[in-house]
Amino acid sequence: MKDATAIVGIAESKFSKNLEASECQLASEVIIAALAEAGLKPSDVDGMASYTMETTSEVDIAKNMGAGDINFFGQVGYGGGAGPGCVGLIAMAVATGQCEVGVAWRSRKRGSGQRPWAANDQVTVGASWTRPWGLLRPADEIGMLTRRYMHEYGATREHLCNVAMSVRKHANNNPNAIMYERKMTRDDYMNARWISEPLCLFDNCLETDGALACVVVSAERAKDCPQTPVYIHSVSQGLPPQHQTMTNYWNEDPLRGPAWCCADGLYKTSDIKPEDIKVAQLYDAFSPLIILSLEGYGFCERGEGAAFTEDGGIEVGGRLPVNTSGGGLSEAYVHGFNLINENVRQMRGTSCNQVEGADTCIVTAGEGVPTSAMILRR
Amino acid sequence: MSQDVLLPAIGPDEAPFWEYTRKGELRIQQCSGCERLRFPPRPMCPDCHSTDSHWTLVSGRGTVWSYVVPHPPLLPQFMPLAPYHVITVALDENPTIRLLGNLVEKAGDPINAIDPATIEIGMAVQVVFEAVNDEIHMPRWVRV
Repeated sequence: MKDATAIVGIAESKFSKNLEASECQLASEVIIAALAEAGLKPSDVDGMASYTMETTSEVDIAKNMGAGDINFFGQVGYGGGAGPGCVGLIAMAVATGQCEVGVAWRSRKRGSGQRPWAANDQVTVGASWTRPWGLLRPADEIGMLTRRYMHEYGATREHLCNVAMSVRKHANNNPNAIMYERKMTRDDYMNARWISEPLCLFDNCLETDGALACVVVSAERAKDCPQTPVYIHSVSQGLPPQHQTMTNYWNEDPLRGPAWCCADGLYKTSDIKPEDIKVAQLYDAFSPLIILSLEGYGFCERGEGAAFTEDGGIEVGGRLPVNTSGGGLSEAYVHGFNLINENVRQMRGTSCNQVEGADTCIVTAGEGVPTSAMILRR
Repeated sequence: MSQDVLLPAIGPDEAPFWEYTRKGELRIQQCSGCERLRFPPRPMCPDCHSTDSHWTLVSGRGTVWSYVVPHPPLLPQFMPLAPYHVITVALDENPTIRLLGNLVEKAGDPINAIDPATIEIGMAVQVVFEAVNDEIHMPRWVRV
């Protein structure tokens, strides 16, 4: 698996609170565009991977893009936990010869569509231990863990603000980011309305309409593609013992979430270790998830994630530049697929916030849910 | 049934919990093979794999593990209460069993009656029950 496959094409739609095109149309458009960038035709595609939360089936995408025979198709679950796992799934299929040209994508109209938490004003059995008392939304569920984290480690809102401001600065340079040129000050953050104390508005990701795709082929075939190949070095998923999705309150150590388990799997098969990684895209549906992921993926010790964000630590030029296109907080929230494409740009040397000499990177999916992560290199 | 509360959905695994709360008892599922307490309830013990279990009465005492204060936008049932608070309570018998709830002065008080600024992590609490209808008696928590 190690370096056996490469990402050779990427594409993304415009990001907006409200796009006219359907999710199916957006997905079809970005897949076609990613293939064109890779110098490949829709009829070359024989493998497809997507999120289980995708509303458009492979059948519909294949019909729209005019695909030929598809010999591999699969999906990865758990929403924001799926991204790198999804690319890893198609990479495994390519590496094992199940298909030769694979596409992975995410298309979502979260901005103009309904919020999932509001779609059901009743309680499913799974949510019966949380929702009836008013713990309703992802912000409440992660807010509960965040308050505990602050209590255990002495982290403050200043640290959460560091995260929000750092990724906002990155987005300010990215013309495709929702927050392009839209500055945020520390006062803006501190005076923002609450969503679920201790989380304020700017600790929450954006609500975005958008779609992204990438193309995966074998390392051998990648040599014939026009773009600099970005090799998939290591991939892992992470589901730790006694985990509960989002409401991970029922085990020994709720603050040691799926990231730790995923990191073990990731580094086990990787020659690239945390100290070798030059740039990171860490899933940020909420600002505290970046702090937890810094710890989980080994960039600092437990309890040190908050201090890691001080003095520009996660900005370009800092200890580890994080979410260099603006992430879910300030570029777009498309279940983390924008983090994958940004790392591809970093490895090609074409990011709006290019990290000088970046030849290794990590991209992670959501901490707090069954997750996934991937190490890429040029 | 009141439209202005959000009621739990109760499947076969959860049913005993709510049957006992109707009697004013807080009981937690316990493995009959190895005596491990487990939560949320489910068919199999992850330690010994026994599918036999019983429901053990616990003291109803615990400590506040964490809390949040939700603000709008919220579901319609909770909008009139906002901002309110939700606490997580670690049970004295087994602190890895953490029940969600709300802090009140007495059973039946609205969940926004207490000033969230007075809630502290580590605070000792005791369960009380509020009958929201004939079937559902919701656990809430008072300071001790």
